[in-house]
Amino acid sequence: METDTIAAIATAMTDSGIGIVRISGKEALWVLSRIFQPKKRGLEVTKLPSHTVTYGHVYDGETMIDEVLVLYMKGPHSYTAEDTVEIDCHGGVLVMKRVLETVVRNGARPAQAGEFTKRAFLNGRIDLSQAEAVAELIHSKNEYARKSSLRQLKGSVSEKIERLRGRILYETAFLEAALDDPEHMSLDGYRERLRGTMAEVKGEIKALIDSAAGGRMLSEGIKTVILGKPNAGKSSVLNLLLGEERAIVTDVAGTTRDTLEEHLVLGGISLNLMDTAGIRDTEDIVEKIGVERAMDHAKDADLILYVVDSAAGLTGEDERIMEAIQEKQAVILFNKSDLEQALTVEEAKELFAGRPVISFSAREGTGLSELTDEVSRLFFSGMVRFNDEIYITSARQKHALEKAFESLGQVETSIENGMPEDFYSIDLMDAYETLGLITGETVSEDLALEIFDKFCMGK
Amino acid sequence: MAEEDKILEESYDVVVVGAGHAGCEAALACARLGLDTIMFTVSVDSIALMPCNPNIGGSSKGHLVRELDALGGEMGKNIDKTFIQSKMLNRSKGPAVHSLRAQADKQSYTGEMRRTLENTEHLTIRQAEVSEIETEGDRIVGIGTVSGARYRCRAAVLATGVYLRARCIFGNVSNPTGPNGLQAATHLTDSLKAHGIAMYRFKTGTPARVDGRSIDFSKMEEQFGDERIVPFSFTTDPDDIQREQVSCWLTYTNEETHRIIRENLDRSPLFSGFIEGTGPRYCPSIEDKVVRFADKERHQVFIEPEGEYTNEMYLGGMSSSLPEDVQHAMYRTVPGLENVKIVRNAYAIEYDCIDARQLYPTLEFRNIKGLFSGGQFNGSSGYEEAAVQGFMAGVNAARSVRGQEGIVLDRSQAYIGVLIDDLVTKESHEPYRMMTSRAEYRLLLRQDNADLRLTQIGHEIGLIDEERYRKLLKKKELIREEIRRLEGTTVGGTEKIQRFLEKSGSTLLKNGVTLAELVKRPELSYEALGEIDEGRPFLPPAVREQVEIDLKYEGYLKRQESQVRQFKKLEGKRLPEDFDYEAIKGLRKEAMQKLNQLRPVNIGQASRISGVSPADISVLLVYLEQRKNH
Repeated sequence: METDTIAAIATAMTDSGIGIVRISGKEALWVLSRIFQPKKRGLEVTKLPSHTVTYGHVYDGETMIDEVLVLYMKGPHSYTAEDTVEIDCHGGVLVMKRVLETVVRNGARPAQAGEFTKRAFLNGRIDLSQAEAVAELIHSKNEYARKSSLRQLKGSVSEKIERLRGRILYETAFLEAALDDPEHMSLDGYRERLRGTMAEVKGEIKALIDSAAGGRMLSEGIKTVILGKPNAGKSSVLNLLLGEERAIVTDVAGTTRDTLEEHLVLGGISLNLMDTAGIRDTEDIVEKIGVERAMDHAKDADLILYVVDSAAGLTGEDERIMEAIQEKQAVILFNKSDLEQALTVEEAKELFAGRPVISFSAREGTGLSELTDEVSRLFFSGMVRFNDEIYITSARQKHALEKAFESLGQVETSIENGMPEDFYSIDLMDAYETLGLITGETVSEDLALEIFDKFCMGK
Repeated sequence: MAEEDKILEESYDVVVVGAGHAGCEAALACARLGLDTIMFTVSVDSIALMPCNPNIGGSSKGHLVRELDALGGEMGKNIDKTFIQSKMLNRSKGPAVHSLRAQADKQSYTGEMRRTLENTEHLTIRQAEVSEIETEGDRIVGIGTVSGARYRCRAAVLATGVYLRARCIFGNVSNPTGPNGLQAATHLTDSLKAHGIAMYRFKTGTPARVDGRSIDFSKMEEQFGDERIVPFSFTTDPDDIQREQVSCWLTYTNEETHRIIRENLDRSPLFSGFIEGTGPRYCPSIEDKVVRFADKERHQVFIEPEGEYTNEMYLGGMSSSLPEDVQHAMYRTVPGLENVKIVRNAYAIEYDCIDARQLYPTLEFRNIKGLFSGGQFNGSSGYEEAAVQGFMAGVNAARSVRGQEGIVLDRSQAYIGVLIDDLVTKESHEPYRMMTSRAEYRLLLRQDNADLRLTQIGHEIGLIDEERYRKLLKKKELIREEIRRLEGTTVGGTEKIQRFLEKSGSTLLKNGVTLAELVKRPELSYEALGEIDEGRPFLPPAVREQVEIDLKYEGYLKRQESQVRQFKKLEGKRLPEDFDYEAIKGLRKEAMQKLNQLRPVNIGQASRISGVSPADISVLLVYLEQRKNH
């Protein structure tokens, strides 16, 4: 394929001042030779050996721009499988931009988003699902999300999905064969069998969808709700978690009260704190409304931080809250531990049957590290629930699973409504194809092109 | 010029080689489109011969016939004239798999088709064996016959059926003839090979014909035709064809039959290796069935009359190539056939055909412009499969003569599209038989709506006249209006309606609901609702049927339509003819080779080539997009 030479800044634009300008294409080395002056006298840039690092300076005409290290990789032994040059710059963002401009003026074209990965893909270096995982990597916010994307690169999700697809395909093939050869293949009693299979496959898909809650935790943060009676100290817990400064910055005088969310990273794990507006307000009435609404939010929370006033003890309202969060993962913050206790932590642990109880003082800042540990522990044990460690990280995959789940539900409806068997294959095949979108076994134009849209420059 | 150099030379627009079901449709299409057409056959008496089963249609094949009719083909009309029993199969299943099948009077079928051909303008019938094709550059310019005559042409359609180097076999008996002892065509294969065409050798078979007087029908189940006969052709008035029907009969093989077969398997030319050709898995011989379904205690045998002119009966389900003494013994184990007398032996037939992947979806050869082919020559099996290919090949031959772009039906438009796409895309090692399971979008490709789907295309081709087309438009309008009316008519829980619902075992109404909603209830139907539908207009049955189906299965139809939209996206991505697949390093080696060799016309077709993986297709998609941007 005739390709031109492209260039972009390959690292995030931060103020750290260190970053890489990447050039890929047949003329990468030639472009470099026009702007780069090696320190070592007599070294010819166009004859640089592959996979070596060379020290020198980038010049724009007569002007020296930056002191750099240059790494040259001859194709196909590079990420894009083309001749690639990486210029390691040290002079800060502005200088990096200037280096790129110089590179472009000397024969390279600015790369489009995702173009490096697209070339790697077209040159057979990576497949589509790897490309997608790379895109996920770029978008993931924390360490765990990165790990998950890497695991996806290896394909445990694919294996599971392919197994499910295999089962669906088997049923379709059986139905179709029976339609074409009714003499030798009987459909007697088949509906019941299919109903059983559908329930099983749906169950497994459901588990994967639920794991997407985990996936969401990874890329967006764990949906967390702080609950507690009025005056239990929810607002001080919140402020402690967020740090005084941020709470002020994000507090927009009640205008976004209904939807206010806060984002924080606790021990490397992202938490999304829901409905913080109601909590922050200390007016009794508003706080009460806050409780009601928080209970509402708690329904779809992944994690609940339940603040208990250890000085005041438990009341009927606590019971109500406990009942509401029975099915939820919760950490009990036994707050106001600096005051005289109405009941001990041990008593509380008994009352909260098996749930983690942490002795906490928002005012003095004690218990924070225990909470951090507990959240990490829950996070990982949450993963253990899907013991093969499969979890779905992208919204696209989750959507596909939900669609497949729905299609199989349609099959069940068809069975219930007594539809003739030849109707089942429409929805069975829908489920089959939709699941195939996750593994790349189903070809979708939109998907192939979309994946590369998610990229940023330089990847 | 020396005396011996003098030859007969004539010139035509289109030459059709063969006068079977494919050849007849091809020749009729070309002649009706106004092209000077000549059709060759080794025997004029064997025009539209039915050398195997005495019926037209059946599961998915009935769909093909109706589609062909909607496009302007002849098969549907011909069977409507000559059937002796008619049945809509699979009525207990969904409308997508309802299939019409009619028993034909073989002699009338042949005779009526011949009459039609002989009365078609621009059409010449010629008895001669075509032995070679002639090309200039990469273009067909004529054909030659065994007797040395030359016929120049601007396009040709090969529809040689099972006649190329045919050999009929049972036991260790082998006759170098076509079906029924008809002359085989022995020379054309060499000429085709010399022109770079790759040939396969396939095999098919037929059961014995027996004397009806020797059958004890009292031991069999009688199979009647439908009370109300549905015609194949959309142009046939149902009232004109309600006639007296003959019966077919059902009986079964048994353990004794299977024992005889098993004990004589070593004498079967199939198992001894005497037959080289590959047979159809989906139309197996009885010995195949006994081996493959070893645990089945019995297999169906359908006794079908060959026609009203004869006592001969066809033993459906028991085709064989076993020696005649084994045939004699095994048939006589079947209840009702204890004293049966064989008129014609069962036999297998071997013949040359092509690897149809050498064709474009228009059925034109990739390497020879103006040369088209259809039917069993393309590796299919069955009269109906042959007819639709012959028709499409004929239409496209005519269009190539006129410099028009070829017509290709896709998989979402017709079974015909599925059939041809499969043939020209997928490698096949056996005769290809149409089946409902091959059609992904079956619910949309019903036999009842073939006219709605395809009449317009037939009109554009020029084989559907203005009057028929207008009728179709009217029908569409009536359907649309009636659906709109039902969707706009709300009924409440009046006493009359509740009583009706109760009687029908349906939930009573709490609120108002549209009639369309009521049609959707599994226990109700459009017909049944007539009782409470006061504003219902009088509509023809064909319109009522569509209204019922469209409303009742709306959810399913919508989902299938959305599948079609996905499909169309990839079908719409054309691949340039000169595309260099070698240049895309992301393709796997096998895919690269297959794509370079088969040159699919679009991404959709590419995705159906075995050896091309979804990952390869993604690479192609991204590559095409990239190319577009630069």
